[in-house]
Amino acid sequence: MARELWKGNEAIAEAAVRAGLEAYFGYPITPQNEILEWLSHRMPELGRAFVQAEAELGAINMVYGAACTGARVMTSSSSPGISLMMEGISYIAGTEIPVVLVNVMRGGPGLGNIAPSQGDYNQICKGGGHGDYHVIVLAPASIQEAVDMMPLAFDLAEKYLTICCVLIDGSIGQMMEPIELPEMRPAQRKDFPWATNGAKNRPRRILTSIYLDPPEEEKTNLRLLKRWEAIQANEIRSKEYFLDDAEIVVIGFGTAGRVALSAVRAARAKGLKVGLFRPVSLSPYPYARVAELAGKAKAFLVVEMNAGQMLDDVRLAVNGRIPIEFYGRLGGVVPFPDEILDEIQRISTADLQLDGNPVADWMKRMEAMVR
Amino acid sequence: MQTEIILSGFGGQGIMFAGQVLSYAAMDIGKQVTWIPSYGPEMRGGTANCTVVIADEEIGSPLVKNPSAAVVMNLPSLDKYEPMIQPGGVLVINTSMVDRSAMRSDITVVPVACNDIAEEIGTPKLANMVAVGALLGGLEALTASDIEAALNAHMPGRHKHLLPKNLEALNKGIENARKNMIKAK
Repeated sequence: MARELWKGNEAIAEAAVRAGLEAYFGYPITPQNEILEWLSHRMPELGRAFVQAEAELGAINMVYGAACTGARVMTSSSSPGISLMMEGISYIAGTEIPVVLVNVMRGGPGLGNIAPSQGDYNQICKGGGHGDYHVIVLAPASIQEAVDMMPLAFDLAEKYLTICCVLIDGSIGQMMEPIELPEMRPAQRKDFPWATNGAKNRPRRILTSIYLDPPEEEKTNLRLLKRWEAIQANEIRSKEYFLDDAEIVVIGFGTAGRVALSAVRAARAKGLKVGLFRPVSLSPYPYARVAELAGKAKAFLVVEMNAGQMLDDVRLAVNGRIPIEFYGRLGGVVPFPDEILDEIQRISTADLQLDGNPVADWMKRMEAMVR
Repeated sequence: MQTEIILSGFGGQGIMFAGQVLSYAAMDIGKQVTWIPSYGPEMRGGTANCTVVIADEEIGSPLVKNPSAAVVMNLPSLDKYEPMIQPGGVLVINTSMVDRSAMRSDITVVPVACNDIAEEIGTPKLANMVAVGALLGGLEALTASDIEAALNAHMPGRHKHLLPKNLEALNKGIENARKNMIKAK
């Protein structure tokens, strides 16, 4: 199939349609509006459901209800809108049903701005809603990767009866790249053994997140945890660049990862032994591979468009064995490759300590820079 | 080999579309390409810009601080991007809207009166295509025939009748660039 030039948000929406999306519920917010706009004409055209809800709270609960029938459903939003959805997200997790969520992150906290950010890593990877649950979080760095991820997101959600979130930032949503779309599939609604799809001639089924008897809720929590174990064992994804002889390994996801790729190439051109590790599944996190790389590299540089949220996961994997440095830009600022190249060059000659505090050290350098 | 182009002007000058034309052409000749717009309040009126990166391999950063080329359609854009261009790069200045010359001599400067030329051919909206034509003389990554083929292939059916005027604007831009180009020292 010939390549076509698509805007990120529209490509994600069309990829979801082609993956068999049967119903979409959402509410507009920049910079993810084009997902909603695209689906508002595309879904009715195909005889599928599109509802612009009265607000995010309505949208996530419509998704909740539709998912109970076994239909392929999704919603999308941007940071403040995802915060509004958190109650429903926890209910969906507690009800053990498949839902796909797209978060096109923007600058925060609060109303913030509409510029690209990665400030919602902790929110989606470490909980967000109340209770003990995990979400599968996938972070593409290009539009093709995002497009390829949409069918996967639905498959994973249905396989593990969980929420699967595709986490991008405003720049991936707004930019255009050549892509190949997946083949068109009809709307998918499997006859799941749990689906509340009409009880004629069979016993009724109940889907709920209420377990008033604590031992029953404990069993439910253990069931969620059992599934999470399987997800951790089977669904780790990452991409690697120039790692074979790398002494410094840069680690970044999504847009920060691809900006770092430019910096790593520039550093290679200067003869520095640098590579890039780009986690694609942020939850489950590729701890084992990061730990393995820590056994070979001299130092890590973690690059994020936040204040070091994924850094904590890297530190967990490294467990103090090699020095870790951090570089972040905040509040909707996207780093340029030369900023990361400067960091790589600094690290290549610095006398790094194992007991350093990467965030405190970075803040000192930042304060001098943004003054 | 990577080429980075920033196109900048007032909202409504067709800057975003000009960048997309370059992107379609790059895609059709088998290159990797990214197009990224400024998508803030400027979409509703102020200055707007987009960045196009064309490369042979997987593209890293879609945003660049120091582009190899810039097309500036108004004075604020010239002030902002002239200092950023890589030495040896290209600067296309729309002299219809800019009343000063370039200050740098280490870049190739292409002054072209895009709006006036577009008026002359009877379609004032095509100042953007004149600018694309003006850029091509200084750009190794794309040729005029690549742009023509892309316009032909990707212009929606309802706009196809505008194709001859687009090509005329493109060629006027190329002609004027040849006449006016000041090569980098």
